[in-house]
Parts: sequence; C-alpha cells; structure tokens
Amino acid sequence: MPVLFPTTIDEATTALADHPESMLLAGGTDAMVGINDGHHRPGATVISVSRIADLRSWRHDPRSGTLTIGAGVTYTELMDPSIAGLVPALAEASRTVGSPQIRNAGTLGGNLGTSSPAGDGLPVLSALNAVVHLATAGATRAVDVNDFMVGVKRTALKQGEIITGVTVPVVDGWQGYAKVGVRNAMVIAVASTCVVVDKTRRTVAVALGSVGPTILRCPDAESFLAARLDWDSMVAADADQAEFGRLVSAASQPITDHRSTADYRRHAVGVLARRLARRAGAAS
Amino acid sequence: MSNEIFTLHVNGEAQQVRDSWLGENLMDVLRDRLGLMGSKGACEQGECGSCSVLVDGHLVCSCLVMAASAVGQQVVTIEGVAPVGSPSDVQQAFVDFGAVQCGFCTPGLIMAVHGLLERTPDPGDTEIREELAGNICRCTGYGRIIDAVQQVAVARRTDRSGA
Repeated sequence: MPVLFPTTIDEATTALADHPESMLLAGGTDAMVGINDGHHRPGATVISVSRIADLRSWRHDPRSGTLTIGAGVTYTELMDPSIAGLVPALAEASRTVGSPQIRNAGTLGGNLGTSSPAGDGLPVLSALNAVVHLATAGATRAVDVNDFMVGVKRTALKQGEIITGVTVPVVDGWQGYAKVGVRNAMVIAVASTCVVVDKTRRTVAVALGSVGPTILRCPDAESFLAARLDWDSMVAADADQAEFGRLVSAASQPITDHRSTADYRRHAVGVLARRLARRAGAAS
Repeated sequence: MSNEIFTLHVNGEAQQVRDSWLGENLMDVLRDRLGLMGSKGACEQGECGSCSVLVDGHLVCSCLVMAASAVGQQVVTIEGVAPVGSPSDVQQAFVDFGAVQCGFCTPGLIMAVHGLLERTPDPGDTEIREELAGNICRCTGYGRIIDAVQQVAVARRTDRSGA
C-alpha cells in the first residue's frame, strides 16, 4: 500500500526515515489543492499522520499554565468551548478558516507545515510565543514559533522531522483575532491581526498575517500599548488606541497582489489592531 | 501510477478501487472508479462544497481527501442518505420549497444540512448561513434553501414532541 498509516509518532518518524522522499499528509486541505491542480504529485509513498492518536489530542496543564495541542487537532476541535475557553483567539481564528468542511479536515499542524503568511492560526501562535514540538526518529526538539516560520511557506523543519504539536500559555488577560477578507466565509486573509494582553506579565503582543513574508510581530506597538494601558481595566485612551494602530501599520511590510494592494493592507492591520485594543478594554 | 487495489467503505459496502493513481482524490474515485455520480465536482479546491461527503461522520470536501488515505474509514455519499424513490426529509423539503434549481449544488447541500441538523436541531438563520457557508449555490440566492432547512427543523421538533 503506497499510503502508510502510522499510529504512533515513533512509527511516523521511522516511516519518514525509511522513506525520506515521502509526502506527509494531514488534513489534506492544502496538499490536495496542489495535487488537484497538477502542481505536485506524491512520489512513491504518502505518510498519513491522521491516525496518530497522540497528534489528535490536547491537554491543559494548570500547574504550568499551558495548553499543549497535538498537530492533528482540527479547526473544528479548536472551536470547542473546552479549548476556546483557554485560548479564545485561536478559536476565533479557527472559526474564520474556510467552511465547516475545511475546518473538519484542516489541522493546526498543517497550518504550521504550510506556513502561509495568511495562515489564520499563525498570528495567534506568534502572539502567544507558542513552542512548536518537532520529532525525528530518535529525537525531539522544541522551537519558538517565531523562529519556526522563516519565510513565505518556509519553515525551520528539517529533513525527517514531523510537527507533533504546539504549547501555548493560558494567558490571564484578553486576546482576540480579527481578519479582513472579501466575505465572511471561505476567504484567505487579506490582512489579519492578533492581540494578546497579558495582565500577569503586563505585556502586549501583536502579530500580523498577510502583510509580510511571514507572520510579523510589532515590538514598538507592543511596548507603546503596554506603557499606556490601565492594567486593571485593560482600557487605553482613544488617542493611544489610534497611535497603537498607527504603529502597527508602520510595522507591516505588505505587498500588492491579486488579493489586495499594499496600501489597503497597511491601513487594514492598523484598523484591526485599534479595534482589538478597544475590545480588550471593553471586555473587562 | 499505482496499480495497487485498495478497499473503501462507501455507504456501508466494501468497494474495491482499481487503477487509481496515488494522490487521486476521493471525489474522482467515487465518480470515475465507483460510478457514484451524485457528488459533484466543480472547483476541486474546497471552495464550492458540491462534493461534500461524510468521512467517519465528519462533513468534508471529497475533492480534498486523498482517496487512498480513506482506507478503513466510513464514507457516506448522497447515494447513501436515502434509497432512490424515498427521499430523506431534507431532500423532500428541498423539493417542496423550491430549493433546487439547476441542482448541481444540491447533493453537497443535502449532506451539509443533514450534518447541521444532527449537531444543531434548532438552528437560527445565522447558524444556518454560517454552517452552509462552504456550499455555494449560484441559482437560488439561498432564501429557499434556508426555508427548507427551517421546515425540516420544525417537522423534526414536532415529531420529537409526539404532536
């Protein structure tokens, strides 16, 4: 059978070591579009990672205040209240992915593996400083997600490695995701923004999608808002919200393509950031 | 090319697939290898929902499922929803409400509506629109489709209450 169905991570990494040219298949929502278009064809072997139980589960560790999500967890599963209560921005981002059909198949690990600058889960993982877990035959390593995504659809994944999951902090504060596209469903982000306000650490994180070669963080905007927020209420003055938006726009590096112009994208991420800053204050 | 034979479970029956190439999508296998022409192919990139089927109970676009990766899973197509000549309540409601015009999107929509009503027995307009956002109809404007879904929800509720 040219499709292998490992049921453990060890079996998968061994299969990948034995068949280095094989194609890894998770939900298929990206991979099959390329195959259907004739852009690529699997060689001799496909390794389906969808039957690996350890990739399909998640666990909350209250002691360390973290949530570890298996790479094979689908967007539909990420929208479940049990996870959504812990990382609301990831649930919001998941809800904007494609359609129910796509969310039932597509996975967080696939989002990372493709690493499109428009990947909806990625600004959230970036703003949360998620740790990406990788495995090869006989070894594992962990990489900061902001080091994992290195360019347009390029990652730090090495030959023989598979993505096994991510760990994100459960943040006390507020977090949100917002996206601009041509309709509410079935759209690739024209511009997207995630804001995380961490009350415990008194930090703000902002990550942008679709306005650079990969997900971008905005250090100037982050430190500006962190200095201006009323940390009890998480409210920022209107003028500070506006300046925050301006700094976010300035941090973007958009291009003009068939989906939008660079000017529009630069403007849009500023509006989204300002809106999210306002929501953070309204939520308390 | 792969000349290996693999077995899919479709609508409760084991079906042997021959002469499929590695990477061939489930929609093409259903239609071209197994002769199940109900699932429609239009975009082949997951945008239109016309090829929607259930795989292990989950609504997915069959064009985005690698057929050989569905070995061991239960596939249900529009042909498996109800026997020919005795339509399901959803199918009948689509006919009654004029929710079918050219009919191309209908099989995918019927699959999606069955899935929606299993999870959400009493959906509101917004829920219906969000749940059916992955099924594109270019004829009806969706109003009659939504009417049909609501009618089924009401009828099922009446049945449950024994009225």
